[in-house]
Order: sequence, then C-alpha cells, then structure tokens
Amino acid sequence: MTRLSAILAATTLLATPAFADMLELETDELTFGFIKLTDMAPLAVAYEQGYFFDEGLFVTLEAQANWKVLLDGVIDGQLAGAHMLAGQPLAATIGYGTEAHIITPFSMDLNGNGITVSNEVWDMMKPHIPTMDDGRPQHPISAEALVPVIDQFAEEGKPFNMGMVFPVSTHNYELRYWLAAGGIEPGYYSADNITGQIAADVFLSVTPPPQMPSTLEAGTINGYCVGEPWNQQAVAKGIGVPVITDYELWRNNPEKVFGISAEFAEENPNTTLAITKALIRAAIWLDENDNANREEAVEILSRPEYVGADADVIAASMTGTFEYEPGDVREVPDFNVFFRYNATYPYYSDAVWYLTQMRRWGQITEAQPDSWYDEVARSVYKPEIYLEAARMLVDEGLANEADFPWDTDGYKAPTPPEDVIDGIAYDGRTPNAYLDSLPIGLKGDQIVVGNEIQG
Amino acid sequence: MTIADPNFDADAAKEARRARLFTRINKADKWFQVLGLAWLTPMIKAAAGDNPKGQLKDIWRLLGVPLLAITVFLMLWATLAPRVQTSLGAIPGPAAVWTEAVNLHHDAVEKAEKEAQFQERVDQRNQRLIDAGRADEVKQMTFTGAPSYYNQIWTSIQTVFFGFLIASAIAIPTGILAGLSPSANAAINPIVQIFKPVSPLAWLPIVTMVVSAVYATNDGLFAKSFLVSAITVTLCSLWPTLINTALGVASIDKDLVSVSRVLKMNTWTKITKLVLPSALPLIFTGLRLSLGVGWMVLIAAEMLAQNPGLGKFVWDEFQNGSSSSLAKIMVAVFTIGIIGFLLDRVMFALQSLFTFSNNR
Repeated sequence: MTRLSAILAATTLLATPAFADMLELETDELTFGFIKLTDMAPLAVAYEQGYFFDEGLFVTLEAQANWKVLLDGVIDGQLAGAHMLAGQPLAATIGYGTEAHIITPFSMDLNGNGITVSNEVWDMMKPHIPTMDDGRPQHPISAEALVPVIDQFAEEGKPFNMGMVFPVSTHNYELRYWLAAGGIEPGYYSADNITGQIAADVFLSVTPPPQMPSTLEAGTINGYCVGEPWNQQAVAKGIGVPVITDYELWRNNPEKVFGISAEFAEENPNTTLAITKALIRAAIWLDENDNANREEAVEILSRPEYVGADADVIAASMTGTFEYEPGDVREVPDFNVFFRYNATYPYYSDAVWYLTQMRRWGQITEAQPDSWYDEVARSVYKPEIYLEAARMLVDEGLANEADFPWDTDGYKAPTPPEDVIDGIAYDGRTPNAYLDSLPIGLKGDQIVVGNEIQG
Repeated sequence: MTIADPNFDADAAKEARRARLFTRINKADKWFQVLGLAWLTPMIKAAAGDNPKGQLKDIWRLLGVPLLAITVFLMLWATLAPRVQTSLGAIPGPAAVWTEAVNLHHDAVEKAEKEAQFQERVDQRNQRLIDAGRADEVKQMTFTGAPSYYNQIWTSIQTVFFGFLIASAIAIPTGILAGLSPSANAAINPIVQIFKPVSPLAWLPIVTMVVSAVYATNDGLFAKSFLVSAITVTLCSLWPTLINTALGVASIDKDLVSVSRVLKMNTWTKITKLVLPSALPLIFTGLRLSLGVGWMVLIAAEMLAQNPGLGKFVWDEFQNGSSSSLAKIMVAVFTIGIIGFLLDRVMFALQSLFTFSNNR
C-alpha cells in the first residue's frame, strides 16, 4: 500500500513539473464568476483539467445571474475575478456605470457571438437577401435586408426591439455595428439619457444571455445579439434564425476578458500570475491539435454547473460549424478561437476599439485625444502580467516559445478593410481618425444634447 | 357468557388483554396522526381482531381515497402533459420526472466520488509540500466543485431554520409584550400591519445591500449569501408568530389573571407559569405558519439572489434550457413540496409534545 502511494506520488510529481517551483501564493482560495456562455470554457477547462490545482489554487466557479451582478461581485470582493465583457473593465475604470479600477491580464477568446432574429422577422427579411446557386441565402447578410422590415414595423406603429446583454457589452457594439453598416440608426447615449435609444430606428435593451431565447419567444424583442450557445439554442428550439456571426462582422474580433480588480492584482501579484498561467494552459488545451479537444470541452460545458445546455446545441458552434436556418450548417472553423492568432494576449488595440465604440454611441460624451485612448488601454490591459506568466510556462515546458508575441508594442497590425463587413479599416493607434471614417456615429467634437446631435 | 360459564376466568383475562391492547393502539394512534400515518391504526386494529368490516371503512377513507386521488392525479398528468409543447419539448410526464430524479441521485453519487478524489489530491499536495520542506503551507480544503442536489437541499433547510429561529426569537417576546400591554400593542400593531404584506422580493435588495455594508468580512462564520437568504426569511416569517403570540397572550382566561393577582406573582413567574402555557397552542400555530411562509420565501429569495440552495438549482436549470431542464425543475418542485410538508409535520409533532390542549 505504501509502495503504491509512493508510486502514485512519484507519477504525479512527474506529471506536474510545475510544482517544483510553485509560486509563493498570497492567497489560494478563490471564487470566480461566470455567465452561462461557451466562452467561459477556459475557466471550466482550467478547473476540470486541474490547471488551477497545479498552480496551488483552490478555485470555486460560480454562475452569475447577469453581467451587472457579476461586475458588482468583482468590485465588492465577493468574486476574486470573473469572465467579463471586454467593455466592463474599461467602462468601470473610466467611471461609466459603476466606477472601479478593474484590470485584465488575459483575453479569453476571439469571435463567438451571433445576431439572431425571430422567425417572423426572418420571413420578412428573406425576400431581400440574395441567394446562392443552391437557393440558400448568401452570407454574410447585411442589415440592409432589415430596412424594409423596420419600415413595415414603423408603418404599423410597432417599435422594432432588439436585445443585447449589457450597455457596454461586445454585443451592444456588434449589433450597433451591424445595424449602422446597413444604414440603420441604433440610437445614442447621452449624459442624462442612458437608455441608448436617442434617435433610434431600432430600440436596443438589456436581457441576460441565457434569457434571450425565452424573451424572443415571448415576443418582447424581435431579435438579439448574444454569445453561444444562445443563438444555436434558438435554432434548436425553432424560435429564431441567426443571420450573422461576429466572425463575418469582423474577422477575429476580440471578445471576453478575464477581469480582476486592480487592488487584488496589486496585493496578490503571484496569485495573479498563477491564475494567468492556468488560464493560458486551458486556452492552449482548447485549441490544441486543430481543436482536437473540443468534443471533450463540449461535454464539460454541457454539465449543469457550467453552461448546462444540451451538448449537441453547444457542439453546433464549438466544433467548427454554425447552423443558420435549421439544416443550413456551414463551416466556420474559427467561430470560437481560444488560443491561436494570439487570442489570449490583451492587446491595447482591442481595448481602444471598445473605447471608440463607447465614444461612437455617446457613452463617452465628449471627444478625447488619441493619447487618452492609449492611456486608458494601458491602465486596464496588462500584457506585462500575461507575458510574465507565459515566460514561466515556456520555462516549465508547458508552452511553446513561438506561440507568444514577445516583441509586440501592444497594438495589432491594422485590421484590413476586407476583414470587416462595411469595409472600413481599423487602426488602434488612430482612434479619432477611425471614428471619423465611420458613417454613422459621433465624430469629432459632436455631443448629444436632448434628442439631437450637436457640433 | 355468565358466571356459570366454565371458561369465565380465561375469557375475562383475554378480554382484559384485548382491552389493554386497544388502549395501546389508541394511544399510538395519536402519534400516527402526528406523523401522517393515521391509516396504520385501522390496519393494526383489524390485525388485532377487531371487526374487519368497520376497520375496512376507515382504511378506505384514510389510505384508499388518498392513494386513489394520487393515482388519478398521476394519470391526468401523464395524459395531459405531453399535449403541451414548449420550445424545450413536451412538458415532462411522471416517468420523465422520475428518470431525472434518478439522474440527480447518480449525479450526487458521482460528485461524492469527485469530492473524494479532490481530498486525495489535496492530501498529495500537502505531502509534497512537506517533502519539499514547506510544511507551513499545508492546509485542508473543503471541496470546491459544484454542490450536488442533496447539498442544495441541505443548504436550504439550514438556511430556513436559521432564519426561522431568529424570527421566533424576535417574534415571541415581542408578541408577549404586545399581548400583555395594550399600549405596547398599539405601538407595535401599525408597524406589523405595514410590514406584514411586503413581498420577499422587495426585502431582498435591501437586505443584500445592508448585509454587504455591515458584514464586510469575506471569511467570517457565515457566507454573505447565507445571511442574505436567512435574514430575508426572518423578515417575512416574523409576522404570523408575532400576531398569534400577541393574540394568544391577550386572550388568557380572566380568572387565571385574577388568580395571579391574588397570588401576587411577579412578572417573570406570571409569564412562565401562566402566560406561556396558556398561549402555547396559539404560539405554535403561529410558528407553523411562520415556518411555512419562511420556506416559500426562501426558495424565492434563492432564485432571485442566486444564493445556494434549491432556489438556485431551479433558476440554474431554467437558464440552462437543456432538454432535461423542465423535468429537473419539476423534481425540485416536488422536493420543495415534500420538504415543506415534512417541516410542517415536525412543528406539529413539537406542538403535540409541548401542549396539552386539543386545539391543533
């Protein structure tokens, strides 16, 4: 018996060489929050594969009711960290909504969202969408096809409502981006009107992600933008049709981040490094060998304590395909990217894009110089922590040196026009010039006063 | 049967034994009723040789009718449920719900195994730390995985009792005060009338904010979420006990009060020897109502605040939206119902133990 346990101990020692130089942790009992979405996968994988454990961390993962509750949890310390919308740490740091300094050492994924409309709206849109030779609609679908539907709603005196998950969510900005690219006004925010519906053709409102399908089914909204599996769930339930994925909107757009309070990172630098290491390992596992582990990841996510939706619904988007109309399954190999293309590196340019969208729609009420965007990005996104964690993993033989952008200055190469649906290039170094190039949205010194744009 | 009967003595002894037996059965019957097993009495009586015909009637009424009603309910459910198509598929029938109950049990068993594995890993880790000369970092950890269904039930029961006990500790003394003194009653009454109808969902945000502000520590004796749920239960389950206690105390027999004056009892003796015993039946009625209210409130609070327990289980399943979610929610509904019933029985049993009155 003792021999057996000695062998066991020896083998586990070999399996986890990381242990030898386990960091001196300031704290090791941590609770992380997440929302029931497939892009929380790095957290679930880091737990289930024992990566947190290898770093000496005892982590509890807790599903949260909505993004507001989750953010409050991180701010008041109930949660040590959380799977967050990229806009949340940025907005909190600049004081839009709840003010608190939150940072991110780790970006969780690329892509992963979709825009879904109800069956009724889809039937009305379909005649305006060009078809391919086989009769299926041609993707990507522009919001121009939605214009006649909105006109008809207006004629009948009905508002056209759509759901997104949080005022500073990727989904709010993606939905607005898609609508504006099709010539539709999604409405503005101002200092004294934070509904985001000023001068709107389409009225956007907040619904927590898992409730999207049932809210659509109830008829409260006519469409929504949300992460997976809640678009594929609409297809599976037969209540809606996803019209576009964010991959088609902007190829490899940055998505969720892992957020912790600046105070926590300052007081617990080694714990922060350990968390980042575990998360990087999880991301590597998720994308390893051409997504070879995705089936297993789907099984983990389908457990009730994580996402909980049926495994086949989660698999519909996690395994390189996406089902639009029932039966219309298309290949989207990069729909969910967790590690390749440096998905986990917290680029300043990603942060700047979110800030430009906050400015574009009036959440940042006044014009800011380019330098301001850079400063805010640097105070929230912390690639130095990321690189330190990555270096340790490389030294421990758990990651490849070539997989990390060691020499970047934090700004991605500008997105070429062909990677974005409206053909407008994005360069994070020149946010004001980028804002000026967008046809709909605030630019220059414009401000929203009452129901009008001035300046 | 006359005295001349040669078997008279034996018969008389037999008759006496029989009478003793039936007295015992009748005594036990009180307990059967408390435990909800009233149908056992006629069965035992019949077995003991009582007129089977008369007992059969009782058995039919106490056991047959309820069983028949349950069967009819199950059949109606099984035939009607599949006709309602939701976006998650048809409403599950009894069979599907039973399957999910079994699945939840298996899941709990698996989680227990995982917990054992977790402990093993913690032990290994500690051993390695000791080997590496870092013995001061050794620590014991409780399982960090998701709670099983049974854990959720246990959390809910603990929370409801904690909240209920606080509520009783406040409500009974306040009720006695209000019952004894008309002016205290006049002071307390308007507050009771206004707060009594307030929904738990309205208390919850206030309680959450206050607990977060006051109970700032993260590693205290109680988890914040536990306190929030328990205090919400307290706030809602306070009132039935308070009102019934006040009523019970106020309606003590006037003669008894006069006797206490004649005996020159001090207030403490008066309360313990006179007020409490005679108000006890009504206090218990209040406590039973309170516990029932508390249980209902707890589930709502847990759902809304995502605090651990059965309410969170229901909400999580609703959010999961998987094909088995509806059936799992129904398992939870039955669990909540059955536990609520058992809680009421427990209070009823306590009441039977502590009061002499027939007023139940």
